[in-house]
Amino acid sequence: MSVPGREIFSEDLEKLTEGAVLSRGLARSYGDSSLPPPSHPEVVSTVLADRILSFDRETGRMRAEAGLSLRELNELFLRDCWFTPVSPGTQFVTLGGMVAADVHGKNHHQDGCFGEHVHSLRLRMASGEIVECSLENEPELFAATIGGMGLTGHILEVEFSLRSIPSPWIWCESTRIRNIDEFMEGLKAAGPDWPYTVGWIDCISKGSKMGRGILQRGRWAEADRAPRRPPGHKRHIAVPFEFPSWALGPWTVRAFNSAYYHRHIPREKKGIVHPESFFYPLDAVLNWNLVYGKHGFTQYQCVLPDTAGPGAARRFLELLTSKGGASFLCVIKDCGPEGRGLLSFPRPGISIALDIPVRPDTQSLVDALNELVIAEGGRIYLAKDSFTRPEHFRAMEPRLDRWMDLRARWDPERRLRSAQSIRLFGDPS
Amino acid sequence: MNTILLGATKGMGRALSRLLVERGDSVFLLGLPLEDLERSAADLAARANLDAPPGFAFCDLLDPTTFSPALDAATERLTRIDAVVVTAGLFATQDALEADRELARRLLTANFANTVVFCEEARHRLLEQGGGKLCVFSSVAGERGRKPVVIYGASKGGLSIYLEGLDHKFRSQGLETICVKPGFVKTGMTAGLKPPPFAGEPEAVARQVLKAIDRGTPVVYCPPPWALVMLVIRWLPRFVMRKIGF
Repeated sequence: MSVPGREIFSEDLEKLTEGAVLSRGLARSYGDSSLPPPSHPEVVSTVLADRILSFDRETGRMRAEAGLSLRELNELFLRDCWFTPVSPGTQFVTLGGMVAADVHGKNHHQDGCFGEHVHSLRLRMASGEIVECSLENEPELFAATIGGMGLTGHILEVEFSLRSIPSPWIWCESTRIRNIDEFMEGLKAAGPDWPYTVGWIDCISKGSKMGRGILQRGRWAEADRAPRRPPGHKRHIAVPFEFPSWALGPWTVRAFNSAYYHRHIPREKKGIVHPESFFYPLDAVLNWNLVYGKHGFTQYQCVLPDTAGPGAARRFLELLTSKGGASFLCVIKDCGPEGRGLLSFPRPGISIALDIPVRPDTQSLVDALNELVIAEGGRIYLAKDSFTRPEHFRAMEPRLDRWMDLRARWDPERRLRSAQSIRLFGDPS
Repeated sequence: MNTILLGATKGMGRALSRLLVERGDSVFLLGLPLEDLERSAADLAARANLDAPPGFAFCDLLDPTTFSPALDAATERLTRIDAVVVTAGLFATQDALEADRELARRLLTANFANTVVFCEEARHRLLEQGGGKLCVFSSVAGERGRKPVVIYGASKGGLSIYLEGLDHKFRSQGLETICVKPGFVKTGMTAGLKPPPFAGEPEAVARQVLKAIDRGTPVVYCPPPWALVMLVIRWLPRFVMRKIGF
C-alpha cells in the first residue's frame, strides 16, 4: 500500500524540525498518526539522530536523541543487564515514538507506561522556540507531550531511566486457558507476583470456548538460574512478497488460531526464554504485514475499564464474532492506573488489541466496536487507529478539551499536525 | 588501534567510530562545530562504557590552517597514531553546483585540494612514526565522468588518483592507503535522493571498511555489488555514456 508524503532525514534534528509540521521515528504506529497533512507532505524522520548524550551506570539515567531505537538500546545494554523500563511489542521503535505514543507493555499493571519513567524532554515548539520540559519545568506541556502523538512539539531529546535487571534472560511460564472468563481471573491472579503478563486469545471461537488462549507470565531470571552467555541475535525470516488478498480469509485465520492454541502442549510450560522471543515475537518475521495483501490491515485496540465489570471483555468478543471480525492475532492485557500523560491510552481495566484486514465493511465494524467501547466507558489507542470517527473519539475522551487547551496555548494555529489530527481533531488540512 | 577520524559526527564516519570504540580501540574526533563533536564523544563513551569520553578538536576542511593544530592535539592525546580516517566532505547535486559557482568552488576545494593537504599532513606524521593506515572516503562518482555528478565526481576522481599514487609510493615504507568508494549509502548526505538498487546502510558499510582498514585493502567498493556495477560503467563506450542518464 502506498502512503502519501515522504520523509526527510538529517543527523541535525534541531535544524531539520525548523518549520516542519510533523516528526516521526520508525513509523510503526499502525494508523495515520505518523502521516503528514496533504498540504505539507514532508515528515521529519528522526532516525539519524541516534546519539546517546549521557548514561549513568550507577542510576541507569540516560539522555539520548529522539531517534535512538529500542533495538539499538537492547543491543548495547541488555548484555550489561540494563533494559528499558517499559517495552512495547516491537523493538523497531524510537525513544521519541515511545514518548509520543506513551507506549505500554506486558508490565503495565506494575510499572505503568513509558512516560512514567521519563524525566525530561527537549522539544522544538511550533513557534520555533526550544523548550525543556519536565515535572518541574512546564509540567503541563510535559504531560500533554507524553502520549500527545507528537502534536505538542517535535521531540528532540529524551531523558529517562533504564532498569537494572538480574540477568538478560526471561523466566517464562505459560498456560492454556479455556475461555475469556478464566482469562480475566488468570491475569488478575498473576498480576501481583509477575512483572510481565499477557494473553493471546482466539477471538473466532464462540460459546464456551470464546476467548480461549495462552496466558504468559514472565520475569527476569535470577543470575544463577540464567545461561551465562548473553542472548545472541535471533535469526529473522522475511516475508518475501505481498500475499494475495484472499490468503488471509476466515478459514486460514481459524486454522492458525486453532493450531496456536492446540500446539501448546502440555497445558503448562515453564523455562528460560530469549528476551526477544518473549517481548518481540513478531519481530522475528520481517515485513509480516505483507501477509495481509495489498489492502493491508488495521489494528484496533481499546481498554474496557474495571468499572464496566468482568463481563465487558465477553460482550466485546461477542460483538466481534457476530460481526465476523476474524483476527489473526488478538492480545489481551490488564492495565494498571492511568499515567501522567494527558492523552495516554491505558487506564485500569482490560486492554484488547486485534488485527483487522481492511475490507469494504471495516469502517462499520470499527464503528460498532467503538459504540460498545463508549457504552462501557472505555477508550481506544491513537497509535493504532485510522478509522475512528471524531464524534466517537470525543465521547471516549473527556480529557480531550484540557489537552486541546494546552496545545492551543503553544500552537494556536495548529501548525503541528498529522493526517490523524486532521481526521480526529479537525485540524486544518 | 589509535585512530583519528575527520568527519565522524555523521553518517558512515559515525558508524565507523562506534565500531572502533565498541571493539576497544581509542579514537580522537576532528570536525566541527565543537558542540557536535562533544555530543558524538559522549555517545561513544556511553556505548563503549569508557571512563572518559574520546578527545576532540576543531578542524574545518575549508580552512587548512586548522589541520596542523588539530592533528597535534590528537597526537598529544593518543600518543601514537595507527590510523587516520577521513569521511568528511561536501555534497551537492549537479543542478545546485551548476547554479552556484561559489558552491562549486567550495566543494572542489574541500573534497579535493584541502583533503589532499590534510592527507599530506597526516602522511608526514604517520611516516615519521614508521607507518600506519590512511583511510579516505572517495566515491564511485570519481570513477568516470557521469551526467548526474559532473562536478562532485571530478572532486572525488582527483582524490582517488591522489590516493592511488600515495599507495604506490609509500606502501613499501609502511603507509597503507585505503581508498573507500561508496556507492549510494543511506545517510544524511544522500537524504532527499531516491535510493537506487544496492543502496547501503551506514552500519554495514562501516563493518566492511573496518575490515579493509585492518587488512590494508587499497580500494574498497561498498556495498560490494557496486564493484561490479562500476566495472561495467568503466568499460562502457563513450557513445553509450552520452545516451544514458546514469
